[in-house]
Amino acid sequence: MTQAATNSSDISTHDTSTDTSTPDLMVEMRGVNKWYGDFHVLRDIDFEVKRGERIVICGPSGSGKSTLIRCINHLEEHQQGEIVVGGVPLTQDVKRIEQIRRSVGMVFQHFNLFPHLSVLENCCIAPMWVQKKPRKEAEAQAMRYLERVKIAEQARKYPGQLSGGQQQRVAIARSLCMHPDIMLFDEPTSALDPEMIKEVLDVMVELANEGMTMLCVTHEMGFAKTVADRVIFMDQGQIIEENAPEPFFNNPQSERTQLFLSQILGH
Amino acid sequence: MIHNQTMINQRPAPTNTIGPLAWLRANLFSGPINTLFTLIGLYVLYLLVVPTIQWAFINADWTGTTREDCSREGACWVFVKARFSQFMYGLYPRDEVWRANIVFAGFFALIAWLAIPRMPFKRWVAVLALVGFPVAAYVLLHGGYFDLPRVPTHRWGGLMLTLLLASVGMIGALPIGIVLALGRRSNMPIVKSFCVIFIEFWRGVPLITVLFMASVMLPLFLPSGISVDRLVRALIGLTLFQSAYMAEVIRGGLQAIPKGQEEAAAALGMTYWKRMGLIVMPQALKMMIPGIVNTFISLFKDTTLVMIIGLFDLLGIVQAALSDSNWLGFSIEGYVFAAFVFWIFCFSMSRYSQYLERKLNTGHKH
Repeated sequence: MTQAATNSSDISTHDTSTDTSTPDLMVEMRGVNKWYGDFHVLRDIDFEVKRGERIVICGPSGSGKSTLIRCINHLEEHQQGEIVVGGVPLTQDVKRIEQIRRSVGMVFQHFNLFPHLSVLENCCIAPMWVQKKPRKEAEAQAMRYLERVKIAEQARKYPGQLSGGQQQRVAIARSLCMHPDIMLFDEPTSALDPEMIKEVLDVMVELANEGMTMLCVTHEMGFAKTVADRVIFMDQGQIIEENAPEPFFNNPQSERTQLFLSQILGH
Repeated sequence: MIHNQTMINQRPAPTNTIGPLAWLRANLFSGPINTLFTLIGLYVLYLLVVPTIQWAFINADWTGTTREDCSREGACWVFVKARFSQFMYGLYPRDEVWRANIVFAGFFALIAWLAIPRMPFKRWVAVLALVGFPVAAYVLLHGGYFDLPRVPTHRWGGLMLTLLLASVGMIGALPIGIVLALGRRSNMPIVKSFCVIFIEFWRGVPLITVLFMASVMLPLFLPSGISVDRLVRALIGLTLFQSAYMAEVIRGGLQAIPKGQEEAAAALGMTYWKRMGLIVMPQALKMMIPGIVNTFISLFKDTTLVMIIGLFDLLGIVQAALSDSNWLGFSIEGYVFAAFVFWIFCFSMSRYSQYLERKLNTGHKH
């Protein structure tokens, strides 16, 4: 295991400088540990995301990948180590947490749209109440993003009237309306019927092509192959392997990665 | 294998499954036992309804001013008529009743304005109803300003007092209940324990005790020379008592909202109060409309308990009128009238809550 970790840190810096103080570092995690009660869910996580990077995190369920990205916007609290997001160190300070959350978008497995608000209002509520944009401006912007995710014609409907794939695209638009510097995706397609996965992935690919910094927990290996700059494999709360997609899939280093890939790609 | 080359057109349902006759057969006469039950039910209904209608309407006496005008074969509504103004205003001076009437008119007009969806300027009317109207109502009813003679609160009574207690109780209990419910879910130990103790204290004590304490014990704790009006004491007791119940109803609603809602709001950078006020609370309140209205209805009826501290609400004043020697023996009419008035208000609240539920339903079940 130690072997693999050392390997991975070598690989992770294969294409850029190792200087960690560049402002282009969007997320920086140093020695992050987290426990749920006695359960050690994140173990010595060292990890960074540069501006414009697209990273896919995969691994078996319960490996801590969701917890890892939820620590970045403090939906989960880490107990040890240091997390810096966009140059701002994450502490207990509520104001600072809110500042970080404004610049970090998040898309959830179960969409978590606000069911009492229309699609348009879902996209306007945070710009209006958090960024204090006037309603007109917020609505115009929301319509632009809804058009980008190809759902503008449903703007007046309520989330309950949309399909899962449509809801997830609205959720992406809702996040984009806050102009995030980085987008976190927490298994965005896992709750979707097969025929709806593609429409969501298409939106995500488009977003990636536009240069958005993305951190994506997913089992969509096709997406990882076409879009990711780096693929991270986690198991039992540790980062086991980290590599560019081509070597990651064709030549996985650790046994556990090989086993996982054979299980997920084997059938 | 292809089963059908052409699409099948939509056909109407068979005629013997739709329409009133089919409904009757399916629901009332679907078999010998059901038919028997239906017939027995109709007979019991006949036994109950016919005498009631005869008593209340056909044989009833409507005209006159004294008990001698009543034939005693049916209801003597003369009694209610003769005492009507007392039932409405209590011991409010007759010459000043116009003031109470203005307040009544304003009260119902504001409620109608807020309840009817077509009416414009809802926000301003709501502000008027919550801020301007109470002040104006107090000035009008209590007097002492603008050359209006003072009418002390112990002369207020009847339906006027019932509505006053109920509306102040409701308007006070809802926000206090919301704050308590949020506090009980708080991570801050002091806030949380304060709310838990507050809620459990008020829920564990009968309302009668609360009213007794408010009227007898509270003055003992106040420095001498300071006295709080008895009506105000009853209002405070009633509001705090109901807010504890309200808090638990709302907490139930808060627990029904998935955690993902607050997380999504948090991920967008909303502060705690915005997450609660914009995302969680609107959904919880909507879900809790039946529970909230239920609490309102029980509050409305609980106002009758103020009788025991010497305030004459609608039921209290009816009971007082029953002991008038001129009108002995008409207690049924008095109680039926009081029950009818309470029923009108409670039933309206219940219907409005059903309407609200339908209107606010945006087709979601998370």
